[in-house]
Amino acid sequence: MTLSATQLSYSYRQGPAKAGRYARKTGPAEAGHYAGDFALRDISVSVAPGSLTGLLGPNGCGKTTLLKLLSGVLKPELGSVRLGEREMRLLSARAVAQQIAVVPQETHPAFDFTVMEMVLMGRHPHLGAFQLEGPSDLAIARESLIATGTAHLAGRAYMTLSGGEKQRVVIASALAQKPKVLLLDEPTASLDLGYQLEIAALLKQLNRERGVTMVLATHDLNLAASVCDTLVLVREGRVLMQGPTNDVLTSATVQQLYGVIADVTFHERAGHMTVIPVRRQ
Amino acid sequence: MSDAISDAMRDTVALDNVAAVRPIRARLVATVAGFGAVTVAVCLLAPLVGSTQISLTRVFDRSIPFANNVDAQIFFIARLPRVLSGALVGAALAAAGVVFQALLRNPLATPFTLGVSAGASLGAMLVIILGVNIAAGSLPAVPLASLAGASIATAIVYWLATPYRRAMSTSVLLLAGVTLNSFFSALIMFVQYIADFSQAYRAARYLMGDLDIGSFDPLVAALPLVTVAFVAFATLPSALNMLSLGPDAAATRGVDVVRAQRLAFFSASLATSAAVSLAGPIGFVGIVVPHLVRLMVGVDHRIVLPASTLFGAAFLVVCDLAARTLLAPIEIPVGVVTAIIGGPFFLWLLVRRS
Repeated sequence: MTLSATQLSYSYRQGPAKAGRYARKTGPAEAGHYAGDFALRDISVSVAPGSLTGLLGPNGCGKTTLLKLLSGVLKPELGSVRLGEREMRLLSARAVAQQIAVVPQETHPAFDFTVMEMVLMGRHPHLGAFQLEGPSDLAIARESLIATGTAHLAGRAYMTLSGGEKQRVVIASALAQKPKVLLLDEPTASLDLGYQLEIAALLKQLNRERGVTMVLATHDLNLAASVCDTLVLVREGRVLMQGPTNDVLTSATVQQLYGVIADVTFHERAGHMTVIPVRRQ
Repeated sequence: MSDAISDAMRDTVALDNVAAVRPIRARLVATVAGFGAVTVAVCLLAPLVGSTQISLTRVFDRSIPFANNVDAQIFFIARLPRVLSGALVGAALAAAGVVFQALLRNPLATPFTLGVSAGASLGAMLVIILGVNIAAGSLPAVPLASLAGASIATAIVYWLATPYRRAMSTSVLLLAGVTLNSFFSALIMFVQYIADFSQAYRAARYLMGDLDIGSFDPLVAALPLVTVAFVAFATLPSALNMLSLGPDAAATRGVDVVRAQRLAFFSASLATSAAVSLAGPIGFVGIVVPHLVRLMVGVDHRIVLPASTLFGAAFLVVCDLAARTLLAPIEIPVGVVTAIIGGPFFLWLLVRRS
């Protein structure tokens, strides 16, 4: 199932009502005077089924906003998001959640849920209004725990886990949603090197073995190079470039994207492109 | 290869532990049965206990006319309405506490955090001090005024915290509620200050909370409001689980966040308003009960909400029993009893969290 965005624009500053008013005054998205207000401007992205797409860009470039639009959490003011053949804004939150799961940077529950409870919450979009999860949901939760190597934590309190364990449990919860598409927002941001590699391997494996389409927003260029087959570079709310990782990830694009001079070379032992930042431009 | 095998073995062992996780259905049935039994027992026994000894056989002895049957009069007029209103108010406040804590993602929230009770108290206070004596049918002015005050407070907080067609901001909700609370409290003090002694005494008694409603009428008046609130509550528990992960996380698990937040906010405010109109602002039930319940049954709202409803009913009936028997014939206001139990408990929770 292809997830695609066409000419998306979004701003945080105005509510939809005001946006409509401004749009009438100044014309859609070309709103010269209000240009700076848009977190995203005229973005078109297409995520092919089964691909593992990396979303790269400097802080505040709109990566998270784009992920929220792709997951339906935010509604675009202009443009549209399509899930397969269907227009996302016409789908209920439940219908979207049956297809798309999200792994945020961090998850802080307000109450002391157990790991099993956290993972079972992934079954929510598949349950009816008053339906409690049954044996098949439990089986899916167990399978998700095993797939992420967290089965031994099932009875533990989520809040007592380490950062890496928490992130794997959240991924398990997302897997329990049985999504076609998994959106991840800097899933390794707060993890040490070992956990970063572990999560990277896990994502790659899930993508290959289960055919889960993934979109991964990250600052970690080497992680992106090691797992992503496609990259989308976002700068100041616009798409700078998108294409196969090995084509897109070059010294020139890194310099353009971050203003950093870097060596980008293929690393034989790692088996992927690597980025060594040299200095700020 | 041996790694894979030992991993698989570890997973198998772990899954035996998982199997020990009891299915939600069994837990729910056991919890409701257990708490239900306690609540029913408490509500049946409480009317029999009091400063005057009564005999159950005499209460239900049809051969004595009601007018002459003192035991039956005490049971049906003095105690039963009081016990039932205690159960209704306790259930409403405890359930509203659960809902507000999940909505605000703050375990220390209470049904009164958002200013509903302060609004109700101000309404009641004005009627008491101004000596207004309008009444709708059998309903006296004080509960009507407190209901109006609660509605106004609810509307103000909602209006402040809800941007157009977007999810509520829980931090704005909290700040608006806390500010409104102190604002109304200041007005309440001012109104008390200008009142004469007997009015000020009545007002002070109202603020302490009182379940001695003297007839079934106020109970019958509050029942529809509480029923509507509980019908809404029944649809909420799994959405509350998701909301306690945060609004975005809830949305990506298929919750219509705007709708769920509004439903939670208005139903919990309605339950609180009805409870406060019936019995005054009885504090701490809405925080002590949900936390005690979570210590016993875990944090899943599908279990916590019904369990807190039942346990809240039992808790307030027992507190009221203590209020009317501990220093008999002197009655302690029930709000004082719940605060004496609840205050230290709340502090203990705070210390334990940090």
